[in-house]
Amino acid sequence: MTQLVEKVIGTEPYLADVNRVRPDGPVWLRKTRARALARFSDLGFPTTREEDWRFTSVAPIVQRPFRLAPADPAGVAAADLAPALFGDEGVVRLVFVNGRYAAALSDVSGLPPGVEVGDLGAALASRPEAVEQHLTRLAGCAQAFTALNTAFLEGGALVVVPAGVVVEQAIHLLFVSAPGNGPTVSHPRVLVVAGENSQVRVVESYAGVGDGEYFTNAVTEVVAGPNAVVDHYKVQREQAGGFHVGSLHVALARSANVTSCAIALGAALSRNDIVAVLGGEGAECTLNGLYLVDGTRLVDTHTTIDHTQPHCDSHEVYKGILSGRGQGVFNGKIIVRPDAQKTDAKQTNRALLLSDEAQINTKPQLEIFADDVKCTHGAAVGQLDDDAIFYLRSRGLDLAQARTLLIQAFAGDILGRIRIEPLRERLEAEMLKQLPGNGTV
Amino acid sequence: MLEITDLKVQAAGNEILHGLNLSVKAGEVHAIMGPNGSGKSTLARALSGHPEYQVTAGAVRYLGEDLLAMAPEDRARAGVFMAFQYPVEIAGVNNSYFLKAALNALRKHRGEPELDAMEFMTLVREKAKLLELDASMLNRPVNEGFSGGEKKRNEIFHMAVLEPKLAILDETDSGLDIDALKIVAHGVNALRSPDRAIIVVTHYQRLLNYIVPDFVHVLSDGRIVKSGGKELALELEDKGYGWLEGEPTGAKA
Ligand SMILES: Nc1ncnc2c1ncn2[C@@H]1O[C@H](COP(=O)(O)OP(=O)(O)OP(=O)(O)O)[C@@H](O)[C@H]1O
Ligand SMILES: [Mg+2]
Repeated sequence: MTQLVEKVIGTEPYLADVNRVRPDGPVWLRKTRARALARFSDLGFPTTREEDWRFTSVAPIVQRPFRLAPADPAGVAAADLAPALFGDEGVVRLVFVNGRYAAALSDVSGLPPGVEVGDLGAALASRPEAVEQHLTRLAGCAQAFTALNTAFLEGGALVVVPAGVVVEQAIHLLFVSAPGNGPTVSHPRVLVVAGENSQVRVVESYAGVGDGEYFTNAVTEVVAGPNAVVDHYKVQREQAGGFHVGSLHVALARSANVTSCAIALGAALSRNDIVAVLGGEGAECTLNGLYLVDGTRLVDTHTTIDHTQPHCDSHEVYKGILSGRGQGVFNGKIIVRPDAQKTDAKQTNRALLLSDEAQINTKPQLEIFADDVKCTHGAAVGQLDDDAIFYLRSRGLDLAQARTLLIQAFAGDILGRIRIEPLRERLEAEMLKQLPGNGTV
Repeated sequence: MLEITDLKVQAAGNEILHGLNLSVKAGEVHAIMGPNGSGKSTLARALSGHPEYQVTAGAVRYLGEDLLAMAPEDRARAGVFMAFQYPVEIAGVNNSYFLKAALNALRKHRGEPELDAMEFMTLVREKAKLLELDASMLNRPVNEGFSGGEKKRNEIFHMAVLEPKLAILDETDSGLDIDALKIVAHGVNALRSPDRAIIVVTHYQRLLNYIVPDFVHVLSDGRIVKSGGKELALELEDKGYGWLEGEPTGAKA
């Protein structure tokens, strides 16, 4: 009974604001939105009684009356974007303010012919049939936050790479939240369709301006065709007043190769769900991640790698650096379906606890229904190695230098895998600034 | 240069050094030998400030200063270097990156300008050559995946770059083949000078053919039980340590 009351309270502002979504658009989209809305109001926000949310209470989100963020907030200037940018040359950049495409802040020049990178909203208006077969198909609306995003779906980012095309430029999708008066919410949406034998690299960044409270509820779908190579990066660097819930849904066709790298540096509370379905023989999926929590922040990562076909490989390495009273949650599920013989799945997750009060809840979850498979997983939670610290100090480094060097090395294992050099350098510098003892804690 | 008086050290609540005396002057090389578990490494660690080793009594003066009052990094910056018996593997920390940070910390302390990447590389190449160090070891993580011999050679390489005033080498020769031993000894001898001192801990006289000591001490059960010249090492090699039990303690060089 109490649960019901709690849900009604939480969903109210969203149900009220949904009227502000443009009522036009193709019929299928209107239907999908309506279904998603019904689903969301049915489900309500998850509680810690649900297994998937056991360690992460979304009460801080539910308790704040987040209203739909203004479409045209005043005062987001090019200068506000600087901290979230990387590289000048060869980066295609799309900026979204409160989930809406900001053409004036974007630069989409120089793409190979046939590659479509732009505003999902515009595509929905001009040629909806092009996105219909993919949009919302992977994400579904089983989960409340995803359903909520879809209920508000009217725009976002669209990346379509035709078969055989290699996109050299990194495509940077930058989502900036500019809260108005009082807490606001935006629902960023991304659809990436990589055709057969194509290659593309997409970076999603999430950032905010100002000190206000805001909530980013993002959903990304990535469709990787046969033999397509997709590198997906997500850099979550929300403001201290930001709450971030996001999900990435990936479908891999035969011999597709998708790498996801999720870096979480900000937000008071953030939750990232990744679901990758290896749906064709010989597909390969890599999920890497690094998160940093300090103060009273929380970062929750849930990944699911679903092996449905034979001869697929998956590799997953997640690392967390926790200090202060920071909290980390990592849940890595690997499913190997009966047909998925010769699966090779590796999962590692490591947490570095820099304080006594920092906390990590971690769980691998293997569900294996095939017999000829290789699955390994390892979880390690530890502190900095005292012997290593002494070794470094005995050569002249002071305690802070020694600790920083070891933390950098721990993080460098993930950052070193970033294949967009200016992004990697940017994040290495960012990390260093945020490490305990370097100002922010 | 180094004056150790009546040093008592404990670890995990057990006293390991029971009142050790040793005096080392600039320009000298001292060898410390002794049975397993006699406290040789404990002495080395205590001198370099390892937090697990508590000094419960005694004093250590280094260049006129109270060494025991200094943090490990301050000892290093003041010119004390320890080559570890078991060098630590440090995943993800690039060997030469670390060494550059260490050298610059020392230089800064001495009021010297920090070396830039070019100057550092020049120095490192020269020292690597002295120790016939494979260039790939410079860019690998510190000691990670190094063979035992490579680790020892890397320690002496660090020493050659950091140019300490007082070097304490804890079994740097253990596990080295004769060729590697000669290379390491060559590196150590290159550092010998009238204003530096070296303490070598070893189980084998062979090293002392190449690094010829001025004094040899026997450490047994936490005390120095005998001191002599380089011929003492030969005698020990011959007779073992048994004949020394019951020798007077507190020998001074
Ligand atoms: N950190 C420690 N905690 C507890 N006991 C220790 C510690 N370090 C050394 N000891 C004990 O102190 C004694 C001396 O150890 P130490 O390593 O100094 O001997 P050593 O002379 O270097 O021996 P070896 O020749 O085998 O290297 C041993 O009994 C050892 O077990
Ligand atoms: Mg020893």
